[in-house]
Amino acid sequence: MKYALLIYVDEKKTAAMTEAESGALFAGYGRLEGELAQQRKKLAGEALQGVGAATSLQVRGGKRIVKDGPFAETKEQLGGFYLVECANLDEAIDWAAKIPNVANGTVEIRPVWDFEADAPKS
Amino acid sequence: MLLPVTDARAAAERVCREERAAVLASLLRRVRDFEAAEDALHDAFVQALATWPERGVPDRPGAWLLTTATNRATDAARRRTTHAAALADLSQRSRAPEGDPNEASDVEDDRLRLIFTCCHPALDLESRVALTLQAVGGLNAAEIARAMLVTEAAMAQRLVRVKRKIRDAGIPYEVPAPEARRERLDGVREVVYLIFNEGHQATTSDALHRVELAEEAIRLARLLRDLVPGDPECGGLLALLLVTDARRGGRLGPDGELVPLDEQDRARWDASRIRDGVAVLDEAMRLGRPGPYQIQAAISALHSQAPSWERTDWRQITALYDALLRHDASPVVELNRAVAVSMASGPEAGLALLARLAAVPSFAGYQPFHAARADLLRRAGRSADAAASYERAIELSRNGAERRFLARRRDAVRRSSDAAADPGATGS
Repeated sequence: MKYALLIYVDEKKTAAMTEAESGALFAGYGRLEGELAQQRKKLAGEALQGVGAATSLQVRGGKRIVKDGPFAETKEQLGGFYLVECANLDEAIDWAAKIPNVANGTVEIRPVWDFEADAPKS
Repeated sequence: MLLPVTDARAAAERVCREERAAVLASLLRRVRDFEAAEDALHDAFVQALATWPERGVPDRPGAWLLTTATNRATDAARRRTTHAAALADLSQRSRAPEGDPNEASDVEDDRLRLIFTCCHPALDLESRVALTLQAVGGLNAAEIARAMLVTEAAMAQRLVRVKRKIRDAGIPYEVPAPEARRERLDGVREVVYLIFNEGHQATTSDALHRVELAEEAIRLARLLRDLVPGDPECGGLLALLLVTDARRGGRLGPDGELVPLDEQDRARWDASRIRDGVAVLDEAMRLGRPGPYQIQAAISALHSQAPSWERTDWRQITALYDALLRHDASPVVELNRAVAVSMASGPEAGLALLARLAAVPSFAGYQPFHAARADLLRRAGRSADAAASYERAIELSRNGAERRFLARRRDAVRRSSDAAADPGATGS
């Protein structure tokens, strides 16, 4: 069996963490990553950028409806995910538009954190 | 020949302002981060204002600013980036600009790229409007805030947020691929049209600054038409804005009240702007691919060219609304068509069409529906019903000049309604 472990957080609380608290959090993820690697359990896993960078897509009657922001409805449930490598958001939207359920549900597009390219600035 | 220092400085400042949008567009192709590009451009302006007044403005100020800003961006990236790969990436992009940056076609391509970025559908609509005004139009945050009736702090925050979204979400600086281009162009035109309407609906008594938005929208529409010459709808949009804006001088009365089209002094319309708009429309229509903007421009042009409200070609306008409905089957278009029918065939014919539209849920709170219905009832002589409809329209209006105009008409029909209710008058 494969399982997806979906992580939900309150972005405001994360942003308000002290340096000690966020240090402890990152150390925790470090330990988990080590354990997962050692036992070869991790197939894929990424940290996502905040909802400020999110885009939502629906296709209705063949027409794309692109919206700024995350998926906000509560009557639909998370049904799956793809991790895709794309040159930019337009390409990601093109792939999202091919997902069959985009015609009756919503696909939220969230960029993955690139910790190497996004080294702390200033 | 040396100018006095203050004149030289003013000249340098003027050149910087004029070149800003084009240089930013080219710079973004290399730097790909709004905040970093704007910081670098700011540094380049500081350097220009320090050296140009003495040494004179270079022959190609845009190229000078672009080179200086690119170097500043590279320096800044070197200072703050610890990661060698990112630096190498940026240096490589900076060293290998594609072609002469001052070449007209390159600059135009860069501006078009930037327009598509600013109007990307993954940005919320108000942010698209604000960013287009800033990055393409060259307005500053304070000017945009005044025009859009928000505080400068709120506008500055909105602009920061939208630029971060572009960077973080990976919104490209690219003209979309041909298959996606038509739909994306629709989005660009929507933003320009929205900017125009923000300005067009403004009145002198409500907000003077917003009138500038109409001029800015026309400038943007002209740029878009020039950048995408093969798309007749871009010409259609420009024509629509020109022939509509040409009537601005007749729209406001002496006390800042809205004067309806049927009461406007047509001598106060801008005849040369109407001719300009009609010429743009003719050129677009020669491409043989009609669309909603061209049709709306044709309708607006018929109004602008008519000698009076009564002697307007209402049959032709009705036919154009029929054509528009085939592109955009919206109740709002049906409403406008009903008004045209009422002019061509009498108010009762228009009211019959409106009776069917009354069932549209969103029309219960839609001011133009009630204003149009009130007007048709007035013309049909049903004064009491007209007064009630004017009353509803006034409740729904958010524009002071519009409310004053509607109240004036309501009072007029009430007077005739009272006269009709007089025992001496004939009953209905």
